Amino acid sequence: MNPIIEGIIKAFELIFSGDPTVYGIVFRSLFFSGVAAILAALWGTPIAMLLGLKDFHGKSVIKGFFNALIGMPTVALGLILFLTFSKAGPLGFLGLLYTPGAIMLGEAVLVTPLVVSIATTAIEAVDPEMINLAKTLGASESQASITVLKEAINGVIFSDMASFNRAIAELGVALLVGGNIAGLTDVLTTDISKYTQRGGSDLAYAIALSIILMAIVFGINLIIIIARNPKVLATFGRSPQ
Amino acid sequence: MVLAELKNLSKRFGNRTVLDDITLQIDEGEILALLGPNGAGKTTLLKILAFLERPESGEVEFQGETVTEKNAERMRLQSAMVFQRTLFFSTSVYNNIAYGLRMRRLPQSTVKEEVKKALRLVKLEGFEKRSVKKLSGGEQQRVALARALVLKTKLLLLDEPTANLDPKNVQTIEEVIAAINHELKTTIVMATHNMFQAKMLPQRIALMNDGKITEIGAPPEIFGKLSKNLASFAAVDNTFTGNAKTTSAGTTLVDIGNGVQIEATVQRQGVTSVFVNPQDIIVSKSAVVSSARNVFKGRIIEVLDLGSLVKLRVDVGKPFTVQITKRSFSEMQLNLDSCVFLAFKASAVQVI
Repeated sequence: MNPIIEGIIKAFELIFSGDPTVYGIVFRSLFFSGVAAILAALWGTPIAMLLGLKDFHGKSVIKGFFNALIGMPTVALGLILFLTFSKAGPLGFLGLLYTPGAIMLGEAVLVTPLVVSIATTAIEAVDPEMINLAKTLGASESQASITVLKEAINGVIFSDMASFNRAIAELGVALLVGGNIAGLTDVLTTDISKYTQRGGSDLAYAIALSIILMAIVFGINLIIIIARNPKVLATFGRSPQ
Repeated sequence: MVLAELKNLSKRFGNRTVLDDITLQIDEGEILALLGPNGAGKTTLLKILAFLERPESGEVEFQGETVTEKNAERMRLQSAMVFQRTLFFSTSVYNNIAYGLRMRRLPQSTVKEEVKKALRLVKLEGFEKRSVKKLSGGEQQRVALARALVLKTKLLLLDEPTANLDPKNVQTIEEVIAAINHELKTTIVMATHNMFQAKMLPQRIALMNDGKITEIGAPPEIFGKLSKNLASFAAVDNTFTGNAKTTSAGTTLVDIGNGVQIEATVQRQGVTSVFVNPQDIIVSKSAVVSSARNVFKGRIIEVLDLGSLVKLRVDVGKPFTVQITKRSFSEMQLNLDSCVFLAFKASAVQVI
């Protein structure tokens, strides 16, 4: 039988049998990228609020800076982080290289520009008088800022989901700072790369992991679409009301 | 007793001077109207009284205390402003009205009680769970008002509270304003374009133009002086000044220029100011033979869609503002540049 077809059949067997190796890899991907997205949201949201609500010199330069970094090649960032975390590098003392921490931190850095750009746009889209409305009703400066954030919440959540998407689907950072150590720092993307290169019977693993990765990414996109426009659910077979 | 005082206040936005050396005293318990054309500085003045903006020069005093950057936040708890353009938090009517109460950390039971009372006052009982976005313009304006008055602040600032509303909503809101002032003794400063409102509601009127207060006094005083202070009224709807002559029929013909002569039942001679309520003017596609003494042919130069109503500016030589239902507008197939006839009775002309 054609090795490709063989591979596809074996892939489904791996997925549905709950193969521990496969699911260990899936878990690590979800976990590392999840933490990365959370970190990026934690430090990115305050930056977005500053850019979205306050006016200051050089604001457009900073906004442009984050916008430009969105498309940063993951291998290039991976290399920069590798050098930073390595023994000779400035953060070498942390001993992060080739640990899960490196991947989580590295991916967080990767997706931060995305979080900041999208969230800033969402906050700027809120009516500029909203902050005055909050204040005249008695809100303090910080309470008013949070109220504006709440009004922009859809856009902010979208920025978080987009960043998770980018983190889980990237290869360069995870590979270079994680080292793809089996059972420790290997994730979906790094293993798809490894098994594809090995070929032969390992192709099945690559295919299985790819199917799962695509299912996760499409699944998240579907959730985003539904969350932004609940009426879409009606097209999924519900009878017209 | 003086509640707030503005001393030599000036405010600039970039190169433009929006408020020019304003000195104003606001007495406790009064309703003060700010009357003037767009760009006169009314909104900025209200925002300064709401402690949302700081002047470039001059002083703001509230209850004897000077307002500074540091205490503005505390002062804001004593004043509430309703903006000209309705703005809402994306949530229910209840949560919108409860916002200010929650900021003041009032217990939930009190919040519930006060929101209910506020809704009753603006005649929107039972609207708690409704989504604000789905309400009509008039209902939204009433919710915005309820959201401010529920806070029972000493000072209430209203920016054109009834602009673009149909007569019924205008009446409801004016009744609420009068009620709050009468029962809660709330001091109210309101910006308005509406001559009628300025005549009936406030105890004092301040005329504003180009960032200055040109006149201030009780309504009869102000309207009496109006003929001499014409420029201020250039942009208030349907207010015109002209030369009046009595006719042989016992009415008055006021020549307001460009060949437009308005006939009024009130007797006047010499320089006079007249006002015609947009709602008293009938719009037709062809000249109608009727008892209306004033019939003018003109062209629609501006159309403003207000939901169930349409506001039109018609040039008959001088611009008139009229208001018709959306249905009439479409039935008559009107549009920009349409030729129409305006008609109103001589008795509908108010002489100021």
